[in-house]
Amino acid sequence: MKLSFEDARHLLARTGFGGSPTEIDRVATMDREVAVDYLFEGITERAVTSPPQGMKGMTDEQKKTFRQERNDEALALKGWWYQELLSTPSPLTERMTLFWHDHFTSGYKKVKWPALLYRQNLLLRRNALGSFRDLLFEIAKDSAMMLYLDTQTNRKDHPNENFARELFELFTLGEGQYTEQDIKEAARAFTGWHVAVRHGGEFVFHQHQHDSGVKRVLGRVGAFGGDDILSIILDQPGCARHITTRLWLEFISDQPDSHEVERLAVLFRANDYHMRPLLRALLVSPQSWAPESRGVLVKSPVELLVGTGRLFQWPIQETEVLVKYGRRLGQDLFDPPNVKGWPGGTRWITSTTILARWQLLQRSLRGAESGMHQPQGAGISMAHGLAWVAQDSLDRVQAVLTALPPVTPIRDVSDRWQAVQQLVMDPVYQLK
Amino acid sequence: MTRRELLQLAATLPLMVFIDPYPRQALAASTRSPQHARWDRVLILIELNGGNDGLNTLVPYGDARYYHMRPRLAIARERVLQLNEQIGLHYALAPLMPLWQQQELAWVQGVGYAEPNRSHFRSIEVWETGSDSRQIMDVGWIARLFANNPPPSTLAADGIVLGRRDAGPLSGKTIRTIALEDPQQFLVQASRVSSPTRASSNPALAHILQVQRELTHAAADFAQRLEQSPSLQASFPASPIGRQLQTAAQLLAAKIPVAVIKVSIGSFDTHANQLGHHERLLRELAEAIVAFRQAVREAGHWDRVLMMTYSEFGRRAGENASAGTDHGTAAPHFFLGGAVKGGLYGAAPSLMDLPEGDLRYHIDYRSLYRTIITNWWDLPGAMSGLSDHHVIDCLA
Repeated sequence: MKLSFEDARHLLARTGFGGSPTEIDRVATMDREVAVDYLFEGITERAVTSPPQGMKGMTDEQKKTFRQERNDEALALKGWWYQELLSTPSPLTERMTLFWHDHFTSGYKKVKWPALLYRQNLLLRRNALGSFRDLLFEIAKDSAMMLYLDTQTNRKDHPNENFARELFELFTLGEGQYTEQDIKEAARAFTGWHVAVRHGGEFVFHQHQHDSGVKRVLGRVGAFGGDDILSIILDQPGCARHITTRLWLEFISDQPDSHEVERLAVLFRANDYHMRPLLRALLVSPQSWAPESRGVLVKSPVELLVGTGRLFQWPIQETEVLVKYGRRLGQDLFDPPNVKGWPGGTRWITSTTILARWQLLQRSLRGAESGMHQPQGAGISMAHGLAWVAQDSLDRVQAVLTALPPVTPIRDVSDRWQAVQQLVMDPVYQLK
Repeated sequence: MTRRELLQLAATLPLMVFIDPYPRQALAASTRSPQHARWDRVLILIELNGGNDGLNTLVPYGDARYYHMRPRLAIARERVLQLNEQIGLHYALAPLMPLWQQQELAWVQGVGYAEPNRSHFRSIEVWETGSDSRQIMDVGWIARLFANNPPPSTLAADGIVLGRRDAGPLSGKTIRTIALEDPQQFLVQASRVSSPTRASSNPALAHILQVQRELTHAAADFAQRLEQSPSLQASFPASPIGRQLQTAAQLLAAKIPVAVIKVSIGSFDTHANQLGHHERLLRELAEAIVAFRQAVREAGHWDRVLMMTYSEFGRRAGENASAGTDHGTAAPHFFLGGAVKGGLYGAAPSLMDLPEGDLRYHIDYRSLYRTIITNWWDLPGAMSGLSDHHVIDCLA
């Protein structure tokens, strides 16, 4: 059965940043499975945006520059990701990269080395829809992660439990699936893992700082190293359940169906933790398309900015301006509030952030914000790619912009851009 | 345009229609909420985000074991601000000493809960919802209290959240909480928003509409009162906590009716190189509090203000290899205000009795809540589940 315009819109809003009428029409010629496969065909492993300044290599000389200019570089890095988000041919790739950034968090304020965060971002994108097993093994040895969660100071004589704790609690199993003792023992297994901060920030293993003694973790006993712990965790059914639940919250609703999660988690393990079969099954599941899943998730600040920017083709010269907006709305890319990532969901919306969202949207439509030059009124509808605003039916314009009927029905307006403004300023525009 | 002009403009805009979002009267009639509840009083909650190190805040300088367990992190005896012959404050808290001497500062020692959880996220949830270690609740303890004992709808908001952290104790579906960064900016922005009249069965949309209603309600009250209030004389430090408490003082000086204001400072998650970082945070906190007290006293509101700190946990008794401390359990917290009976309450956790290297708690954190509910708001017995926890006699 072919997707309706609303179905196609729903899929693009949930797996990307929404779509223009042309993009929605293209998907609306397909059925559900074909549409999801079409998204998967577009998956990329590399950013299309050229690397941010100073991050093409990591020579000693450049390292000195990092220290002097690292704040500028961090800003450039954040701007670079916004550029990629705006220009990617595969929004799903970026949505999954954002998902992993929110899952395997690392933040500039602690890591203080933008090039390592850039490298981590490439790692997340490369593995975004690959194997969770590979991703887990790579991220555990990722330099930004190791600095962020103190693997760096985890030594034989004085284990630091920070990484081990978050590995169990946030990254793989979830609360209640392990004991404090498991954390202590696992931390010992990761001793000796190190970032060579004076040699390009690569991973190194220091045998003399490694505790080679016997550990007992999740009921298994042995002289485990860090990789063994990761394998032991992946043997736990709870791990697939945890990741599946998180994906459900990201793509479907904030009410995971435990029965369906279990089915998908079993499938995830049966496919040796490959992400595509899992995500495909999730996206074609009836719950994904159910009326009660439509328009029930709040757009994150990045989704709001990127989705609006892509749709209205904001002519942004400096993506750093988006970094500033994102921060004001509560989402500073590469600087999550803590290791749990952004609280998300309805917590994106407070009296402060909703006012900031509306102010920003209003200004962007008026073209009043610096860094954006958006002509007002009828002139803009002539702009390439925005003809639909004036030419399509009002119903179709509304269907493009909002997942649900607006709270305040559109009054009879002669100026189509006024209708657009009303729809964008309506509370339902905040939903995806 | 000057600030005054802006406020005048905001005050005259017609969009700020007050619509009571909740049928308060109906709620109030169905409960035993006493008439004499002290809703003129304000609670200031200070979240020490990240888990504050209690031993380096309220320092057991008289105990040689403290120096033995913390060869790199212990605060030198001669730098400790002595409260008695055993216990003293971190030197960065020096600005608080005059308040201690005037007996406006009550330290409650060894605060924690049974079966402590060492996850930041879970433990702050325990504290903010007022639950047991293994009990999952999703409504903040103040939101729960107010659900059964609604403050009058004449309040501009039940709770105001300043700073970047979550609403925490003020989060729930029926509590009227607003988040605020800059009151002036808030007014200008809110003046363009109208109060929605419809509800929605879609939880995400319902949340947005609720936030919209709360902010229009609050803005209507703020605009008028802020315009009439004198500007503050006290100067505040430029730290984030300084700015938050400055805003709080402005709100109080403007007589904006509110029951709770939450501020936050952090991160106290000092796993590595703790000394300098912790010192800075404590100094920022102390300086901001002193400026706040001065401003609120000058405005004549100090006696109706109670401040309380909380944090997800304390830290381990011993230091770690990174010159920091890991997630622990019990820690001291303080009450501060014009109506506080200053002093040390409870017993300092013993450094000889450390189950798995952690301090043993003596006072359940919910005793602090019961103290507030009973002796501050005058709502004895208002919240079920607290009767096991005793009231601390530290409020006049």
